Amino acid sequence: MTDIRDDAPAATAKHASATQNAAREGLSGEGDTLIARSVTINRSRDDLYRFWRDFPNLAKFMENVKRIDVRDDCTSHWVVAGPGETTVEWDAQITQDVPGEAIAWASTNSPDVSNSGRVEFRDAGERGTVVTATIFYKAPAGFVGKLIAKLFQREPGIQARRDLRRFKQLMETGEVATAARTLKQREEEIA
Amino acid sequence: MRALTWHGKHDVRVDTVDDPEILNPRDAIIKVTSTAICGSDLHLYDGFIPTMKAGDILGHEFMGEVVETGPGSTLRKGQRVVVPFTIACGSCYHCGKHQYSACDNGNPADNQDIAQELYGQPMSGLFGYSHMTGGYAGGQAEYVRVPFSDVGPIVIPDGIDDDRVLFLSDILPTGWQAAENAEIEPGDTVVVWGCGPVGLFAVQSAFLMGAERVIAIDHFPRRLELARRFGAETINYEETRTYEALIEMTGGIGPDACIDAVGLEAHGFFADNVWDQIKVSTFTGTDRTHSIRQAIHACRKGGRISMPAVYGGFVDKFPLGAFMEKGLTLKTGQTHVQHYLPGLLNAIVEDKIDTTFLISHRLPLEQAPDGYRMFHDHQNDVTKVVLKPGLDRVAA
Repeated sequence: MTDIRDDAPAATAKHASATQNAAREGLSGEGDTLIARSVTINRSRDDLYRFWRDFPNLAKFMENVKRIDVRDDCTSHWVVAGPGETTVEWDAQITQDVPGEAIAWASTNSPDVSNSGRVEFRDAGERGTVVTATIFYKAPAGFVGKLIAKLFQREPGIQARRDLRRFKQLMETGEVATAARTLKQREEEIA
Repeated sequence: MRALTWHGKHDVRVDTVDDPEILNPRDAIIKVTSTAICGSDLHLYDGFIPTMKAGDILGHEFMGEVVETGPGSTLRKGQRVVVPFTIACGSCYHCGKHQYSACDNGNPADNQDIAQELYGQPMSGLFGYSHMTGGYAGGQAEYVRVPFSDVGPIVIPDGIDDDRVLFLSDILPTGWQAAENAEIEPGDTVVVWGCGPVGLFAVQSAFLMGAERVIAIDHFPRRLELARRFGAETINYEETRTYEALIEMTGGIGPDACIDAVGLEAHGFFADNVWDQIKVSTFTGTDRTHSIRQAIHACRKGGRISMPAVYGGFVDKFPLGAFMEKGLTLKTGQTHVQHYLPGLLNAIVEDKIDTTFLISHRLPLEQAPDGYRMFHDHQNDVTKVVLKPGLDRVAA
């Protein structure tokens, strides 16, 4: 087959399957949806890597993540909000860890919510650091499928884009922007 | 507190709502002493702007006293401040370039989606102007939560009345940036379409930047009179064939720089097609025609167009051919208010710029709905309505 690839990121391909694209991105795992989002953050890649590598921090800007418990240096336990009062949980194993450059993970022992991904940090000169999050996941049918749909929003990538924006806000300004007027309104927004 | 809230087309009310609270470290709470109704608020009033919700508090031109500060604020209680209508973080790449209205972080993440889809990239947050620009509660209220208060608000020295500095919040820097974007050179003839507040401030600014002549276009006699007061020549487009007049008044050359300060009022947010249908002619018509088309048509070869006017959607029949063939330059954008505040405050303090002439009506906040109605129905006489929460009721 003729290689007609261009230099664009795999997740922006029009035709190839998610599995093919995930393979191009070096993500194995199981899944049928690949999303990748980049954001440029006006901080050094070391700062951003350190903040991200401390997994409980992720709950500060990932809207649906309620809590991340660190089990050991390579394993963490994710508790994520589902519809209503439900939660969905899984363990994630670090599959790659290059300080200041990249962290990759894959879920383990959780076939219903199989997901793997990688976050990369690349120098962007005076603009700071380009952060790219690539996530490969399986969107199952049924109840769990609904959980996943909520987790990643209907349109794949929207939630990742929002979460990365909040990450940028937090790292650049020290806070996550809110239009709420009162504490009560902000709590309703988060709920 | 009491606040002016939007409930639908031509339905604004003063309601009692919860007071704002400090939510983020860099927040401050401002007790509003003066707040104006902007021409662009009329587009909300007319129901042109999507992503409005019932109960939204309007107002993006306001100033007041600092009454509470978060630990990251640099303001102190008791200071008087004017607050820019653009909400900018001061820390991102765009803020670093003083492109404050392009701030990456001023707009909450979820609200950035709409503008991302519509425009390709989201812009900064704005006070009191729909949920696409953040959904922030506005300044036509007794109190306002001001995010990033260490970056936006400018402290006003004692002894300077509210009326002299209130318009630093939006329309004065907008008029100034409009003139700056026209890249005026000594000897230039500059034409300003629209003698609303922004147009009138653009007239003043153009002269301060060295324009030899300024020609102002409108159809409200009162507004043309104000433009004349600042030394502008005027064209009443209901009486005069504008293109022909501009060519004759410039010796057949056309104006060097053109400023379109009309925008939505003539066009409507996403309503351009409607206007196109009811319009009787395209380029040189004497009825309402897109001011931007006329500016491109009249501008001299190699000239400059500045467009402070707010456009929201798509414009039909944009004269791309004339724009290309004549080698024009177009500069536009929401105002980078924070960038202009220190210089413009100085100009006011040194009496180089006076903005108080614009204020035709002062009303208490409680009468804000009257203010909207008056501003909407009587644009010749009502040039600017300023709301003062403490003011006694006045006959309207």
